[in-house]
Amino acid sequence: MNPPDLKYSKEHEWVRSESDSVVVMGITEFAQDSLGDVVFVEIPDVDAELTQGEKMGEIESVKAVSDLYSPVSGKVIKRNESLIDNPELVNEGPFEQGWMLEVEIKDCSELDNLLSVEDYNSFLKSGA
Amino acid sequence: MTSLLEKFELNRRKLLMERSSPGRIGTTLLPLDVPESELPDAEILREELEMPEVSEGDLVRYFSQISQFNFSIDHNFYPLGSCTMKYNPKLNDEVASLPGLAQIHPLQPESTVQGAIKLLWELQERLAEITGLAGVSLAPMAGADGELAGMLMARAYHLKRGDTQRKKVLIPDSAHGTNPASAAMAGFDVVSLPSDADGNTDLNALRAAADDELAALMITLPSTLGLFDRNILEVNQIVRDAGGIVYGDGANLNAIVGRVRLGDLGFDVIHSNLHKTFTQPHGGGGPGSGPVIAGDRLVDYLPLPIATRTSADNNEYFSLGTPPNTIGRMGAFHGNFGALVRAYAYISTLGKEGIPKISEDSVINANYILSQLKGYYDLPYDRTCMHEVVFSARNLKRDHGVSALDVSKRLIDYGIHPPTMYFPLIVEEALMIEPTETESKETLDYFIEVMKTIAQEAADNPDVLHNAPQNTPNTRVDEARAARRPNLRWRRES
Amino acid sequence: MSDNDYQSPYTPNTDHDRQQMLEAIGVSSVEELFKDIPEGYTTDSLDLPPALSEPELMAHAQELAASNMVPGDYACFLGAGVYRHHIPAVVRQITGRSEFMTAYTPYQPEVSQGTLQTAYEFQTLVSQLTGMEVANLGMYDGSTSMAEAALMSARITKFDRISIMDTVSPLYREVLDTYAQAPGLKIDTFTSSQTELEEGTACLIVQQPNFFGYMEDMAALSKLAHDNGALLIVSSDPISLAMFKPPGDYDADIVVGEGQPMGVPPTFGGPFVGLFACKQEYIRQMPGRIVGKTVDTKDRTAYVLTLQTREQHIRRERATSNICTAVALIALMSTVYMSSNGKRGMRHVAELCYHKAHYAATLIDALPGYSVKTDETFFQEFVVECPSPPSELNEKLLGYKIIGGLDITAQVPNGMLVCATEVNTRDEIERLAGALAEIGTGK
Repeated sequence: MNPPDLKYSKEHEWVRSESDSVVVMGITEFAQDSLGDVVFVEIPDVDAELTQGEKMGEIESVKAVSDLYSPVSGKVIKRNESLIDNPELVNEGPFEQGWMLEVEIKDCSELDNLLSVEDYNSFLKSGA
Repeated sequence: MTSLLEKFELNRRKLLMERSSPGRIGTTLLPLDVPESELPDAEILREELEMPEVSEGDLVRYFSQISQFNFSIDHNFYPLGSCTMKYNPKLNDEVASLPGLAQIHPLQPESTVQGAIKLLWELQERLAEITGLAGVSLAPMAGADGELAGMLMARAYHLKRGDTQRKKVLIPDSAHGTNPASAAMAGFDVVSLPSDADGNTDLNALRAAADDELAALMITLPSTLGLFDRNILEVNQIVRDAGGIVYGDGANLNAIVGRVRLGDLGFDVIHSNLHKTFTQPHGGGGPGSGPVIAGDRLVDYLPLPIATRTSADNNEYFSLGTPPNTIGRMGAFHGNFGALVRAYAYISTLGKEGIPKISEDSVINANYILSQLKGYYDLPYDRTCMHEVVFSARNLKRDHGVSALDVSKRLIDYGIHPPTMYFPLIVEEALMIEPTETESKETLDYFIEVMKTIAQEAADNPDVLHNAPQNTPNTRVDEARAARRPNLRWRRES
Repeated sequence: MSDNDYQSPYTPNTDHDRQQMLEAIGVSSVEELFKDIPEGYTTDSLDLPPALSEPELMAHAQELAASNMVPGDYACFLGAGVYRHHIPAVVRQITGRSEFMTAYTPYQPEVSQGTLQTAYEFQTLVSQLTGMEVANLGMYDGSTSMAEAALMSARITKFDRISIMDTVSPLYREVLDTYAQAPGLKIDTFTSSQTELEEGTACLIVQQPNFFGYMEDMAALSKLAHDNGALLIVSSDPISLAMFKPPGDYDADIVVGEGQPMGVPPTFGGPFVGLFACKQEYIRQMPGRIVGKTVDTKDRTAYVLTLQTREQHIRRERATSNICTAVALIALMSTVYMSSNGKRGMRHVAELCYHKAHYAATLIDALPGYSVKTDETFFQEFVVECPSPPSELNEKLLGYKIIGGLDITAQVPNGMLVCATEVNTRDEIERLAGALAEIGTGK
């Protein structure tokens, strides 16, 4: 269920390496399921600077608001603009069409701070 | 092709602008009895005003029909927890519509509105007596407004004493959302305080947080769990010993009026929701009124205006005054006078004999429901409740996949307004039931029977709950769509 | 007769009912249900007057009411934020319906379509009236709407200065001061002689017509605000909007105002309804309740509270505002007022007010010793410079059964703010002028 080629954070974000210096990120299946119908996504603009572990935006469902935390440090080079008019993409395909940001990272050793799919699955089982 | 019945349905929901036809009007036009003056430059005048054009009859039929889609206290049992949906006496409306009270202008010279200011003063006195506190400001226009006033008063109090480091307000995790919102608007940082397993304030957590950065504790008594905090004296003492202010959210006053006074228990400042405890009609979402009531520590900081009385030679004179260290003005005028009049009428009608009966009967009614539904629904805190009882539908969820939402929606099919659901946040699948004292045993027995039936339906036929309600003009609505593609007003199709 | 004989008409429980329920609960007396109250803190009895019967209460209330001097009985020329207009009978009839009055916030849409659909109507009509894209369900009153608009502009721009014109109501200014103190917003007073705003100004607040009754140069002020990177907030009288170009036409960002003139009696100051409208792009920052249109499971039109994630019950300390209970029934009164008057009626009322006020101004200006500022455009109010203190004039006017205009000596020496609306008859206006003439000359 959770793609094996991704890295995960304890805040239920995923990261996919596109190259040595570029990653794509979003939220996981567990996150979108917990939220329910996503109605609004607030993510940083292109050129924004992100810091691993810090709040970078918010995601809203009908009855809840959750903070989004950046799983990496770096600069935003692309955002999924479709999410503005179609936030339901996050529910429909959290790992594919629901992607949020493409980020140029400075330090790929940061990815070691994230969880592998096995560790993330264990984390979920333990009652994340 | 829409059938005739479908057409009828669609017509019933047509909006004013859709019912309009050029030239129609819903009122008469007063003729001009003075000479016309030259109008200003066309440049600043309005060219086009889009407003409905309907006859008075069409207007009345539309609003009368659409009103039937509402549940209301006058039509339905409405056990919405924490909202105190008690019966609104008709006498109060009669009093409030007396021209001598409804037509007076707030800026008239005081000598011309002595009856009005006297009413305000007497209401202040009554509320102070009922709560056991020193002074009252009737200015705040809703409970949340009263909370904001109380928080600003705490802030002003500490600043005046040079205590600039007190930035923290402690708020129980069961608190109503307005509490942290009000504290934040008053510039404070909000720190959540847990409850213990019995539903009382966790004293250890409180002691740990009660330091010299503590500005205030905001606490609801009884709590939103419907429980009277057994440690309340100690809670208040801990806060006051640490130099903090004890703020009481008076939303649940219905449980204790005439029985125990928040001032006597050590509260420094509270607000009261007149549209809850004191029968100001809820109006579909207001107007309300939220007087803020203070003890000696904070009475000088109350928002203006305060009604005062002076007497000389057997004559009394009433005035609107300003407390010495007031936090200022909450609204342009003197508070929601129309609501204040109704509360005054209600308190006068019940008087010394009737006020204590409110708490007795509301607590009996809630405990009766508790005793009869225990075993059918999970009871997170198995102890005597006050005026409301919080059940959890988690047993139905676990066993039959039926949620608190499903139970609530099914109650509608039986003609009952749902209780408060999913609040307080610390109870899973919460159902907060507040019957109030104005419901008869027969009504409560019907409610109990329906709740038991629903619990059975959950086992036998859960789909009927998932699809509820069926007997209403609309079934469950698509809230996600409303938020994703906001359509907040009618627009003319171009 | 003892206390125990008391039976409230509002509480069905008799001693028999109580007995039955106590048995079912499993306690022998009601005292056991209150055992969690600390020992020694139970109130013995309250020092309140005894219960009143219905006729006794009515008599007492009538006595209180009778000791007030009532506009209608007296000719009244007070405005300054609360205006007397004729209220069509249909307003009270519809809003007095118990289905509207005794319902609460429409949390359960399936049983609240009456409240929700009429709320959507209110949002529509307010948007149309103000010329703005969207409106909410109302704040407590015009002053708190204005204060919340200022806070909203600070959130949007991330600036912390608020600029407010010196011609805005001083009462509204005081409320803004209350709201601004905690967030630490700095308030600058703007006068028409200024040509720019301080750096880091979130908004410029303008009242239209202004506190003194006169129309501001909206085009110029809009340009000034936007050139300085600030939002334009306009506090508008709603009846004036039926006649004058609305703030939406001047690219206002937020429009607020007091809805009381539309269907609500003066009620000694409240409850009223704070109008609040803004540009579509700001809706997520807008405070207050908002109703949206959607569909149900059978694809039928339905209305529902929406964008709730802005509000306190979800966002708690990060909410756009702490507002919960607002003024839904008052908003309904305004909705019925706007619909019954409609396109033609609203314009008609506005024009009547304009002509009445101008007639009054002309008569008073002609009186020796009195001077009225008539060189600027005004709507239903104007400033009179009086030959003697207005407080003294007003006291004497009472003898003529007239409640005079507001004493604004604090802003204008011997200044009186006089208002005339369509409810002031020609006779009343001429009586006012006659009385002022007599009193002014010291007769």
